[in-house]
Amino acid sequence: MRIGVGLPAGVPGVDGHLLIEWARLADTGPFSSLGVVDRLCYDTFDPLVALASAAAVTQRTRLVTMIIIGPLYNTLRLAKASASIDALSGGRLVLGMAVGARREDYEAAGIEYRSRGKRFVEQLSLLRAYWEDPAIGPSPAHPEGPPILVGGQNDQVFTRIARYANGYVHGGGPPRSFARAADKTRAAWSDMRRPGKPQLWAQAYFALGDEDDLLSGERYLKEYYAFTGTFAEKVASGLLTTPQAIAQYIRGYAEAGCDELVLLPTVASLDQLKRLAEVLAGIDYERF
Amino acid sequence: MKIIVAGGGPAGLYSALLLKKAHRDWEITVLERNPADVTYGWGVVFSDRTLASFQRADYKSFEQISEHFVIWDAIDVHYRDEVIQCGGHVIASIARHTLLHILQQRCLELGVTLCFRHELHGLAELNENYDLLIAADGIHSVVRRELADVLRPAIELGKARYIWLGVDRVLDAFTFLFRENEHGLFQVHAYPSSGTSSTFIVECHEDTWLRAGLDQASEAESVAYCQRLFARDLKGASLLANNSRWINFSTLKTRKWSYQNIVLLGDAVHTAHFSIGSGTKLAMEDAISLARVLELHDDLPRALDKYEQERRPVVELFQQAANESRLYFESISRYLRLEPLPFAFQLLTRSGRMTYDDLRLRDSRFGDAVDRWWARQRNDAVEPLVAPPPLFTPFALRGLALSNRIVSAPLAAVPAQDGRISNEYCSQMASIAASGAGLVLGEIAAVSPEGRITPHCPGLYQSEHGAAWKALVQAVHATPGARVGLQIGHAGRRGATRPRGNGLDRPLQTNTWPLLAPSPLPYTPFSQTPKAMDAEALERVRQAFVAAAVLAAETGADLLFLHCAHGYLLASFLSPLTNQRTDAYGGSLERRMRYPLEVFEAVRRVWPAEKPLGIVLSASDGVKGGADVEEAVQVAMAFRERGCDLFWIQAGQTTPASELGYRRGYLTAFSDSIRNVVGLPTLVGGYLTDKNAVNTVLAASRADLCILESADSI
Repeated sequence: MRIGVGLPAGVPGVDGHLLIEWARLADTGPFSSLGVVDRLCYDTFDPLVALASAAAVTQRTRLVTMIIIGPLYNTLRLAKASASIDALSGGRLVLGMAVGARREDYEAAGIEYRSRGKRFVEQLSLLRAYWEDPAIGPSPAHPEGPPILVGGQNDQVFTRIARYANGYVHGGGPPRSFARAADKTRAAWSDMRRPGKPQLWAQAYFALGDEDDLLSGERYLKEYYAFTGTFAEKVASGLLTTPQAIAQYIRGYAEAGCDELVLLPTVASLDQLKRLAEVLAGIDYERF
Repeated sequence: MKIIVAGGGPAGLYSALLLKKAHRDWEITVLERNPADVTYGWGVVFSDRTLASFQRADYKSFEQISEHFVIWDAIDVHYRDEVIQCGGHVIASIARHTLLHILQQRCLELGVTLCFRHELHGLAELNENYDLLIAADGIHSVVRRELADVLRPAIELGKARYIWLGVDRVLDAFTFLFRENEHGLFQVHAYPSSGTSSTFIVECHEDTWLRAGLDQASEAESVAYCQRLFARDLKGASLLANNSRWINFSTLKTRKWSYQNIVLLGDAVHTAHFSIGSGTKLAMEDAISLARVLELHDDLPRALDKYEQERRPVVELFQQAANESRLYFESISRYLRLEPLPFAFQLLTRSGRMTYDDLRLRDSRFGDAVDRWWARQRNDAVEPLVAPPPLFTPFALRGLALSNRIVSAPLAAVPAQDGRISNEYCSQMASIAASGAGLVLGEIAAVSPEGRITPHCPGLYQSEHGAAWKALVQAVHATPGARVGLQIGHAGRRGATRPRGNGLDRPLQTNTWPLLAPSPLPYTPFSQTPKAMDAEALERVRQAFVAAAVLAAETGADLLFLHCAHGYLLASFLSPLTNQRTDAYGGSLERRMRYPLEVFEAVRRVWPAEKPLGIVLSASDGVKGGADVEEAVQVAMAFRERGCDLFWIQAGQTTPASELGYRRGYLTAFSDSIRNVVGLPTLVGGYLTDKNAVNTVLAASRADLCILESADSI
């Protein structure tokens, strides 16, 4: 299993300089990817702009959206922007997409919430068509374009992965919830007779350091997920705050067949990245 | 804190006593509409795990409950005058009135106020004179009804009728009885409930109930009817009624379990079919959880959210199992052709919570008996001393003999070019056959160039295609006992697409070809619009199927399937969503079936009589307005009449919107319906990834052959 790290682009108040430094430092290892989250009406950076900036200062890490809310984008603009990042980064983009869970973002963007599923499905087909269209540049680094991952929980997600995408991105939770979703992904993949294996990605939040760090991490998650009601508590209680918790979480996900786990920061400080790198140095996760 | 508990059943009393125990200063009042000494229902059952949670929550009541327990570990299935026994299921039961009495006494001892004969008609009566209202007022909850807009309850009624009775006889096992008379089949769920009597629930299909005139029967007449019907099982014991009525089971699900300072528990907020015996258990566990979260959180709404968070996943798991169990009993008549042992195995594994390995672990004698029954099917004169598990038993169909029940249908690593399969594919199939699968199945071979799904699709429309397949068949046959089946099909409106590396149904940009379908409807908004087949096309494609079957016969393959699923040509004639013809081949199901049946008959005539011919059957379109499993049963019956030997169960992909609810074993229920209603063997996949899953499907007679997939996880 590979381990990636999130850019703190989703943490309110983060300054641009820190994001760039974070990306630069993460690229020196041991992280295999840099992830971003998407939220419209909130104090966060635009995920694609953040990844484009990261592309410029990194050589190695993959650049992954975990996830972007597809239907909020015009598909052609999204195709062009993502092809641009892919071309700029030498084919390092992984495009995780979902319909999202916040009606407010749709209302604010003036996009109908009810038909989001239909828009999303159409978008999944069109993205590749645009990437392959020689009249629309730039061409992605690989002719077939970057891999597309689909996130979400309901049954349709797994059909959509097998029908249109290259893999699944899990939104967090204990390893057994990932294992169930991974099973559904593989079952759909096999039913549709797709060659190879689906890519299985997952995410978790971390905060490492003293009590202030942990409390501010927890506070961030509770605020960020306040729109979900009771679910916010659940997310906050899943925050990884010790090397032991991170080690066990990694093992659980590796055993469930996860290909890449992206650990998202909840505190925007370079210390967090350094501490995480130290913790990972003590875990032999590559053997999975 | 002032708490009112609506309802003095197990959930209400238990939550009252647990909260009072933790907070002697809280003022807790239970309102119960019945008098103190009246109860409905007979015995309630608990597993050993539930008992352990009672022990931790309140030792004193646990001790008293334990003193009154009847504990047993066997389940007996009485069917066709045989009794199949399976042990190792530790279950305890107690008479409901005894349980209530213990909980009432414990409440009084702790200082809970119990108000009997106090019926709550609405929230207004309470004048909001409480800090917390616990609604444990059962399935007919007044509180839930009043708050229906915010709690959003949904009730689904079961199709069977059942009645709670008692019998003045002690049973030594959980007992299932099955009796058929001129009105239909009746089943009994009976179990010990006290030292002197047992609970006796009689259940039957609604139609049977009406034929028996039980809708008109009084309580006494109903008891007399059941007494007569089960006379041989009762052996002189008498059935007892206690305000007993025939009812349909209501499955209740509620979107929200609390509102402000009102929280719901037990049957007031969720129910699970009685056949898995979990109603009282779930209700009392709700009470334990509620008491715990109130202990941990001072903030009431947050505590109530926590309670729902903790309980909902557990309850949903039981509701899912209970629903499987309810559906099983509602459709039980389809299993009556099974012999007692497979019948009992099917019954014990009905809810999906129990597998072949679980039963073996609980009762190895039962496990051995299942294995020996399977082995005996081949040679019924000899009772084998030892026998392999079901998946290693042989299977025969016409002249085909398979050495085991494992089938492999591998994805071609390197498929075909211009319809001709590659040498790599031959070697791949040969090595899979050598690895032990009894049967390997080839990729769909197109009957014409236009019938290919992608340019890499294998074909059977030129003699050189036949020669390549023949080489593959011979390579498979090189392994002694290995058998190979081929599939022929036509892609229809799903043809001329790109290989599936980046998704399905992406139309070819260059070197494409025209498509055919029953009606001119493109598969996706981006797909080519197919041409509706005219008389000439119908005839031409039928001839192509016949020619492909002739070529297939020459390869020496052991079995042939005609592909009628996944929205390809023949399947698209069957579905009302894709066949909108107004001629003799469209309209009613009979007309929609006509073309696939004609093709089948033509192929059957040229395919060797000693070899089986099967159908890859779409068991459900998996989309609104499409064909469901009832229609698939009709289709399967029609194929059976025309000499079909075997169904390979598939579903979905009729349109891009088809949705199956993917999980391990997602096709098993479809296979069960087709196999046991139509009465022909089935082959099923549906992501079965271990031997235990396969053995469970086989031993429960839900399929005859299984596709075993290797799980990708390490």
